[in-house]
Amino acid sequence: MGQRLNRDWMTMTEPMLAEYFPILVFLGIAGAIALAMVGGSLLLARQKPYPEKLSAYECGFEPFDDTRRRFDVRFYLVAILFIIFDLEVAFLFPWAVALGQIGWFGFLSMMGFLTVLTFGFVYEWRKGALDWE
Amino acid sequence: MDGFLSTPVGILAITVAQTLALLVPVLIAVAYLTLAERKVLAAMQMRKGPNVVGPFGLLQPFADAGKMLMKETIIPSGSSRLLFIMAPMLTFLLAMIAWAVIPVQDGWAIADINVGILYLFAISSLGVYGIIIAGWASNSKYAFLGALRSAAQMVSYEVSMGFVIVTVILCVGSQNLSDIVRAQENVWFFIPLFPMFIIFFVSTLAETNRAPFDLPEGESELVAGFFVEYSSMSFALFFLGEYANMILMSALTTILFLGGWHPPIHAEPFTWIPGFVWFALKICLCLFVFIWVRATFPRYRYDQLMRLGWKVFLPFSLLWLVITAAVLKLTGWLPA
Repeated sequence: MGQRLNRDWMTMTEPMLAEYFPILVFLGIAGAIALAMVGGSLLLARQKPYPEKLSAYECGFEPFDDTRRRFDVRFYLVAILFIIFDLEVAFLFPWAVALGQIGWFGFLSMMGFLTVLTFGFVYEWRKGALDWE
Repeated sequence: MDGFLSTPVGILAITVAQTLALLVPVLIAVAYLTLAERKVLAAMQMRKGPNVVGPFGLLQPFADAGKMLMKETIIPSGSSRLLFIMAPMLTFLLAMIAWAVIPVQDGWAIADINVGILYLFAISSLGVYGIIIAGWASNSKYAFLGALRSAAQMVSYEVSMGFVIVTVILCVGSQNLSDIVRAQENVWFFIPLFPMFIIFFVSTLAETNRAPFDLPEGESELVAGFFVEYSSMSFALFFLGEYANMILMSALTTILFLGGWHPPIHAEPFTWIPGFVWFALKICLCLFVFIWVRATFPRYRYDQLMRLGWKVFLPFSLLWLVITAAVLKLTGWLPA
C-alpha cells in the first residue's frame, strides 16, 4: 500500500476521477471474485435437477399458491417513514460539517427544521403508526 | 520505474495491487471469523467446537469452502433466474467495495475521498437491495417474509445510525474517515459520546441481522429467512457478505468511536506496535462482542425490535444530536 499514491496523470486530467478510481477497481475485482466463485461451482459440481428438487421449499409440502400476493401494509408504512427521516439525515450531514462557519443563524434554522419534523414524529406516534402488535 | 508508475497502466497496476492487499486479508479474516465464532460459542457453552480439520480445526474454513464449491447450484423453477443469481453477488460486491475508503493506518486509505463516511453510509444502505431482491426472486414464502422483515429492520435502524454519525461529524468538522480518526488522538469519542456509542453498536447488530436481532433468519419460524432457496456458492456469497459486513461494521465502530489506528496511550511500549495492528485488534474486540452477544441474549420479538428502533433509539439519538450541537456551539469548541 504505502503512502498516498501519486496519481499525477489523473490529477491533471480529472481530479475527482483520481480519488474515486480505486472504488472502480474494487468493484471490478469484487465482481470478478463473485463471478469466479459462482461460475466455478457451476462448472465443478455435478448438476442433477428434477422437478421436486426445484420446487419452492415449504416444509415438505407442495407450494400452496404463488408467493407474490398481498402483504402487511405496515412494511410499506415503515418504508415511507424511513424516507422522511433519512432525508432529514441527508440534510444534517452538510450542516454538521459547516456548523463552525454558519453561526447562530445556521444553528437556529436547523433547529426550526427539526422542530417541525418532531411535530410530525409526535403525530405519527400518537396515531399509532409506530405500533406493531 | 518511476516513469512507468505514472503512466495509466502503472497507476492501474498499483491500484489493483493495493486493492488485493486489502481484500485478500479481509477475505481471510472472514473465513477465520466463521471459525472464531464457532470456537467462541463452543467455549461459552463448554464444548470444544471444530477441532478435527487441521490443528485446533484451523483448516475448517477451507474445508467448508471446498464443500460449498462442490455442491449443486439449485435455481428454483418458480424463481426469477437472473435476479436470483444476481442477489448474492450484489450483497458480496457491496460488502467488498465499502472497504475502499477504510483508513487502516494514517495515510493508508486506498480511496481517501472527502465524503468517506457518507460513502460508507450509502453503501451500507444499498445492502437492503441484495436481501430484498433475493427474497423476491426466490418466489418462496419464507424467503419473502424474511426479506420483508429484514428490509424493514435495516431501514429502521439506519435512521438512528445516521443521527449517530452526524453527531460524530459535528465533533470533527469533516466527513473524511482519516480526519475522524485524527481528531481522536487525545480522547476517543466513545468517552464523550458514550450513549451514542452504545446506540451505534446495537444498531450495527440490527444492520447486520445478527443476534439478538436475527429475526430475518429466525431458524425456528422462517427456516433461514431470505436465503432459504440458496445453495452452493450463491449461499456462500451471502454468508461471506454477511460476515464481511460484520467486520466492516466493527471497523466503522473502531473508526468513529475507538480511535482507529491510535494506541490507547501515546507512550513508549504502546507506540512500538504499528497502527494497523491496533486497528485490527480493536476490530477483533468488537467482533468478539458481536459473538458474545449472540451467545448471551435470546432473540427479540418483532414488535419489540420495531419499538426499540423507532420509539427509543430514534428520539434519543435525535435529542442527543441536538444537545451535542448546542453544547459545542455554546462552548465554542466547534471545529472551524
